[in-house]
Amino acid sequence: MTALQGLLRKEFFHIRRDRRTAAVLIALPVVQVMLFGYAIRTDVDDVRLAVVDPAPDSATIALRNRFAAGGVFRTVAVVPRTADLDPLFESGKAQQAIVFYPGFARDLGSGVPAKLLILTDATEPNTGSLLQSYAESVVNQWAGESGESGRAGPFGPARSIRIVPQSRMRFNPTRESSNLFVPGLMAFVLTIISSLMTAISLTREKETGTMEALLVSPLRPWEIIAGKVTPYLAIGFISVVAVLVEALLVFHVPLRGSVPLLLFEGALYILVSLSLGILISARTSSQRVAMMFALLGTMLPNILLSGFIFPLESMPAALRAISYVIPGRWFVAIARGIMLKGIGLEYVWRETLFLAAMATVLLVASIRSFNERLE
Amino acid sequence: MSDLAIHASGLTRTFGGFTAVDHISFDVNAGEVFGFLGANGAGKTTAMRMLIGLLQPSAGTARVAGHDISREAEAVKRSIGYMSQRFSLYEDLTPRENIRLYGGIYGLTREQIRERTAQMLERLGVSSVADTAVRGLPLGWRQKLAFSVALVHRPRIVFLDEPTSGVDPITRRQFWELIYEAASNGTTVLVTTHYMDEAEYCDRISIMVAGRIAAMGTPAGLKEEFKVESIDELFVQLARPAEASGAAGAGKAGGVGKAGETP
Repeated sequence: MTALQGLLRKEFFHIRRDRRTAAVLIALPVVQVMLFGYAIRTDVDDVRLAVVDPAPDSATIALRNRFAAGGVFRTVAVVPRTADLDPLFESGKAQQAIVFYPGFARDLGSGVPAKLLILTDATEPNTGSLLQSYAESVVNQWAGESGESGRAGPFGPARSIRIVPQSRMRFNPTRESSNLFVPGLMAFVLTIISSLMTAISLTREKETGTMEALLVSPLRPWEIIAGKVTPYLAIGFISVVAVLVEALLVFHVPLRGSVPLLLFEGALYILVSLSLGILISARTSSQRVAMMFALLGTMLPNILLSGFIFPLESMPAALRAISYVIPGRWFVAIARGIMLKGIGLEYVWRETLFLAAMATVLLVASIRSFNERLE
Repeated sequence: MSDLAIHASGLTRTFGGFTAVDHISFDVNAGEVFGFLGANGAGKTTAMRMLIGLLQPSAGTARVAGHDISREAEAVKRSIGYMSQRFSLYEDLTPRENIRLYGGIYGLTREQIRERTAQMLERLGVSSVADTAVRGLPLGWRQKLAFSVALVHRPRIVFLDEPTSGVDPITRRQFWELIYEAASNGTTVLVTTHYMDEAEYCDRISIMVAGRIAAMGTPAGLKEEFKVESIDELFVQLARPAEASGAAGAGKAGGVGKAGETP
């Protein structure tokens, strides 16, 4: 039995006996996927639509039917006056409204631009603009089709140019938000398990005094570190696989690229996070401080500045500059590329290089700062 | 091979402008129970941490079990055992698992570990709780267990850093029986303590005051030399001038008992 095996076995005992932590480690990724998958979705789905139709005619009925047919919109109310919308919006019964004006069919037939108003609840700006453009596209498409079939479209541009502007979302054609969040979630889960758990488990040994016993033993510093972090590396890997399987089965997220490449990049990212965890534990002496450092120093930046939730493109230049040193930024870009675009190393080598450089620098720094503790 | 287990000469450690250990020199013979006495902050723990390789000396040298502590740290580590002030067992592991872990770390074979585990549990009378998490055991049992675990690889020298602080007098006495037992098996014991009554149990003691060794010898010899009734009295006599100068702001160690625990 080698010393390292003994250390590993001991670490697994720790994890297994600390049932609450073990449960969190195992349940967290799975629950996170569910939470992000269902609670934080930005998909256009089940939109509660109100219709204001003061003088129904053939055209308004046809467009209303088009909205009802798609499966995306659910008509919750049809009212005669615009004023009737206020209580619907205020109570949240309606998210969006289409307002027709009298003479809609007549205007369409006579070539006068037909008027139509789309109102959207913009309490959540992202969802709002998404709904707005989605509804517009439904109207435009309908106008274009009815124009081609010999009748004039409702809007000037659509009618005169006779081209229905079509926008297709590439790589995420169904606009599933789960496609975007799963790669980010992998980064998040790996950060928690690697940085946080490593930092906590190392500082715990300092607090209890067992670290001294290990340092006095013939074990070399790298053996102590390897013995401490390998179990978390394994758990991190299992979590990644669990998140991937759950994403594939429950949310049907595509996995178009190479799985070995994705796992390799995952391992690289784990290495970066582990080194951060070791670095944090070398500079702190209590579990609480280490936890605060890990949360503030690794998890928050990795959530806020990685492009996981908030798009990097819309950030101020200063924040974008900071995001270059956030490991999560590179991993999220890589994972999205591999999973959604199916691209290979020839397209993500730059990001991979960034991660590899970070891993090298941090690993050297962390082992060095760990050695310094002995002096 | 020399009979010296430890040979320190001019060992010094500074932290910034503070000299925790100030040119101490001493020898410990093989098989001896050597006591390191001093108030909190006198430099006992710092001196010990240099000898076991947790701290680099700022100046001076020392040989432990015949190996230089700066150049042959690995060889030193293999020949020593250590029990820290804080408890060094894993509380969520059972006694059996702790013994197996440390046995493995020190490169014992499976058979050796099995054999010594049985002996140790039997000797300490804790066989009945061999598979209970250490957390649930009384402090005295844990302390004795930690001592035995520090000896699992049969080191030539064992370093005990205030092993009996916070333990009741009966357990302290039992603990010293274990120390004698180890010494009678040829293990050299270097123990720090601030219980002056424990000094009487040692073969030889050194009393540290403000980073220096103020007195060294056998307990009986010291009492005769300084014409005092007890080591306790001697200690107070030695510590007082340092305390006074420390209070006046002239003492480099900041006064015995005020400097806080060794960094």
